[in-house]
Amino acid sequence: MTLRTEPFVLNMGPVHPSTHGVFRMRVTLDGEVVVNLEPVFGYLHRGIEKLAEERTYTGIVPLTDRLDYVASMTNNLAYCLAVEKLAGIKVPERAEYLRVIMSELQRIAAHLISIGSFFNDCGAYFTPFLYMFRERERIVDLLEMVSGQRLLYNYMRPGGVSQDIPEEFLPALKEALNQMPKYIDEYERLLKDNEILYARARGVGILPKEMAISIGASGPVLRGCGVKWDIRKVDPYSIYDRFEFDIPTGTQGDCYDRYRVRVEEMKQSLRIIEQAIKQIPAGSIRSDVPQLIRPPVGEAYAHLEAPTGELGFYLVSDGSIAPYRCHIRAPSLMNLTALRDMIVGWKVQDLILIFGSFAITMGEVDR
Amino acid sequence: MVNFLGKGILKGMVVTFTNLIRPSPTTQYPEQRLTVSRRIRGTELVWSKTKCTGCATCARTCPQGVIHVVTHKGENNNYAVDTFEVDSGYCIHCGLCVEACPYNALFMGYTFERSKYRRNSLVMSKDDMAIEHQPASGYFHPEIAQTLPEQELLVYRGKKK
Amino acid sequence: MFAGLNNNPVSFPQAMPPDWPGNAWWHWVIFTVIILVFFLGSVIMFIYMERRVLAKMQARIGPNRVGPFGLLQAIADAVKVLMKEMVTPANADKIVYWLAPAITFAPVVMVLAVVPFADGALLADLNIGILYVLAISSLSSIGVFMAGWSSNNKYSLIGAMRMVAAVVSYEMPIVLALASVVLIAGSMSLNDIVIAQQSYPMLLMQPLAFLLMFIAGCAEINRSPFDLMEADSEIVAGFHTEYTGMKFALFYLAEYGEAVVMSSVIATVFLGGWQGPFLWPWLWFILKTFFVFFLMIWTRTTLPRVRIDQLMSLAWKFLFPLALINLIFTGIEVLTYPDGIPWYFIFANIAIGAILVLLWSRLYKVGGGRIAVG
Repeated sequence: MTLRTEPFVLNMGPVHPSTHGVFRMRVTLDGEVVVNLEPVFGYLHRGIEKLAEERTYTGIVPLTDRLDYVASMTNNLAYCLAVEKLAGIKVPERAEYLRVIMSELQRIAAHLISIGSFFNDCGAYFTPFLYMFRERERIVDLLEMVSGQRLLYNYMRPGGVSQDIPEEFLPALKEALNQMPKYIDEYERLLKDNEILYARARGVGILPKEMAISIGASGPVLRGCGVKWDIRKVDPYSIYDRFEFDIPTGTQGDCYDRYRVRVEEMKQSLRIIEQAIKQIPAGSIRSDVPQLIRPPVGEAYAHLEAPTGELGFYLVSDGSIAPYRCHIRAPSLMNLTALRDMIVGWKVQDLILIFGSFAITMGEVDR
Repeated sequence: MVNFLGKGILKGMVVTFTNLIRPSPTTQYPEQRLTVSRRIRGTELVWSKTKCTGCATCARTCPQGVIHVVTHKGENNNYAVDTFEVDSGYCIHCGLCVEACPYNALFMGYTFERSKYRRNSLVMSKDDMAIEHQPASGYFHPEIAQTLPEQELLVYRGKKK
Repeated sequence: MFAGLNNNPVSFPQAMPPDWPGNAWWHWVIFTVIILVFFLGSVIMFIYMERRVLAKMQARIGPNRVGPFGLLQAIADAVKVLMKEMVTPANADKIVYWLAPAITFAPVVMVLAVVPFADGALLADLNIGILYVLAISSLSSIGVFMAGWSSNNKYSLIGAMRMVAAVVSYEMPIVLALASVVLIAGSMSLNDIVIAQQSYPMLLMQPLAFLLMFIAGCAEINRSPFDLMEADSEIVAGFHTEYTGMKFALFYLAEYGEAVVMSSVIATVFLGGWQGPFLWPWLWFILKTFFVFFLMIWTRTTLPRVRIDQLMSLAWKFLFPLALINLIFTGIEVLTYPDGIPWYFIFANIAIGAILVLLWSRLYKVGGGRIAVG
């Protein structure tokens, strides 16, 4: 005798503990197994691209903070790179170093959140999450010292950065750099070799290399598949060609690899910051840019390696004080397109885990 | 070392146990307070009546468009500011107005405890923002930043600086 | 403190059949009150302890505002929860929905009837104490399933299905682990088992059984890493997603009550219950109960959650065979030394346990993985 079963439609989200914001997944279940998944975006759509068309070039910087709100600095930088390309603005040497230091600090802070919430989705009851927030606090303190706020920094400007660092910043940064490896080591001991994490994350949610490339995935999701692709190396922006660092890659592209890639990237970021502190010159921090920038008619695309992947800004200028069009290439959204193919066939619990291993921020997906 | 099932679990449990003994980095807010950054972009704008010329550069820079300036022509061929209103309910505290002000007449506030009970009391007038009444932050004003206390950092917690 | 109660029967008129345990009617009254007080008191203390220890391990402080050191936090929460509006979902099966919390809660307290607080100080010294514990403690899963089914919520249903699957599977290792203890103690009465641990606790003689019992016990009472039934990051709150107010409070109470019961049973069976030098027996019992619960908090803090198929495979492929092998070894030992196993077998048993765990961790494959869907 066979039992008659029927699929079971479960609406996960938009308000759900593990959807990292307001994301909805319409999941069809056969028992515990996911047979189909339909992502529903747009609950956090604020129309940032449209709003940008009505603001001055400088006034868009605070908007970019609100894209991937755990990585504001890199968003600012990506936008400023695009404006500088569009208007042909030169950036002073010291500002370039400050930008590198800030965006690498930001990368560590964002990866700490990503890893922490990934473990939280695994069900490690908030412990790694809170440990990582404790260390993120050290970085956020430093960024607060420089920019005046703790989350939405609004620090970079077309043509440089808004303010120079205070004199107490560099000693504090060195102290933080001394402490960070110890804490990263603590996370490694906490969960790296954990058997339950092995069983849960290894071999789960494999993203094949070919598929990752064909959907345009980037960041740790792509590097977890073993593709050595990092914008900092393949198309060095700012002054990244002056630093020495490695691109950590995974082997098979499962959740565990993505987690490992993030941890290794934090170590590489620490290396970059150490080199930058040694080389940082004195000088001005902002080139002479008029308050209302009027770039010549044209278009520009600038991209960089944000914590989630390749973040790009495409700006079209019609010669006025506001861009004619601003398009944002959001890495989280690109990465998420693989979601259905990766999840079908796994169980509900794996769904949460795989979704968590992308470390998306809904602010960036919906914009 | 022998590899056995549970080794990673035991390593993790040692870490959690060391944290049981280690003091927590939490500060209990209303009683214990940390000194905030000298450049904090606090919850209100601070405005200097004597320095402001009513040029309304801040109002043009504001991405949210919440600064409202009305002037009339004063006696010494300058502008007298009639209204200087900021709807801080819409303010995103980006600090662009402070950067833009050519006469150093606008400052970010230093405090962060300015919640109100009524929506319309968030609309701040000239008198609410007067620099005589409230401390100004050192954001974009290094000369003020030097007078403010140094920020307490977590990296120096439990350590002699 | 209570040691004398059972040994000096007072000649009150017998109100109950003479073959019932306990000799006097006030025995029943006193112990019912003691059990209720112990139960509620420990639940409050467990909630407090869990929150404080969890917080400390997570580099936080934890509740410290209500009362001295935050001791009254659980009471404040209870008052808050009782004042909440009781919401019944429109499409719920109303009767089942209302009955479920009570059915979950009642069996939890009933288990404590056979747990001794001191020598002979227990409500009913049943000669089938262990059997009673096992039988009653799995009753509450019926209430959980009722809650999951009647809420008419998909998360609840998934949680309840997982709960039933887990409880059925994890009964087996628990029974087998306890059976080996019963073999050594020669009795099923919990009081006799404690008396049998006069010279050394059963933990030393049966280390493997303790490990199995602890893991299976954690799964049985939905403690992390086996808390799939109320996995907050996956299925929101599992079977009690739709419950509010008093009914939710009952589930919460039952959840911690199960922890109290499981810790006290483990403390009684493996850690020597009320046995201990210097202090009063009941204090030793309570201290050991809290120690077992501390271990549970510790694992909860550290470990991520397992997947449902891994939960099943752990029960059937790891715990069950090990418990069976352990039972066989214990049986051989008991047959060889019918008058009591010599103390040096402690080392033999620890070695056997360690070798078995090492060996089995090589053989054991978690299994599971992607399922081909059409």
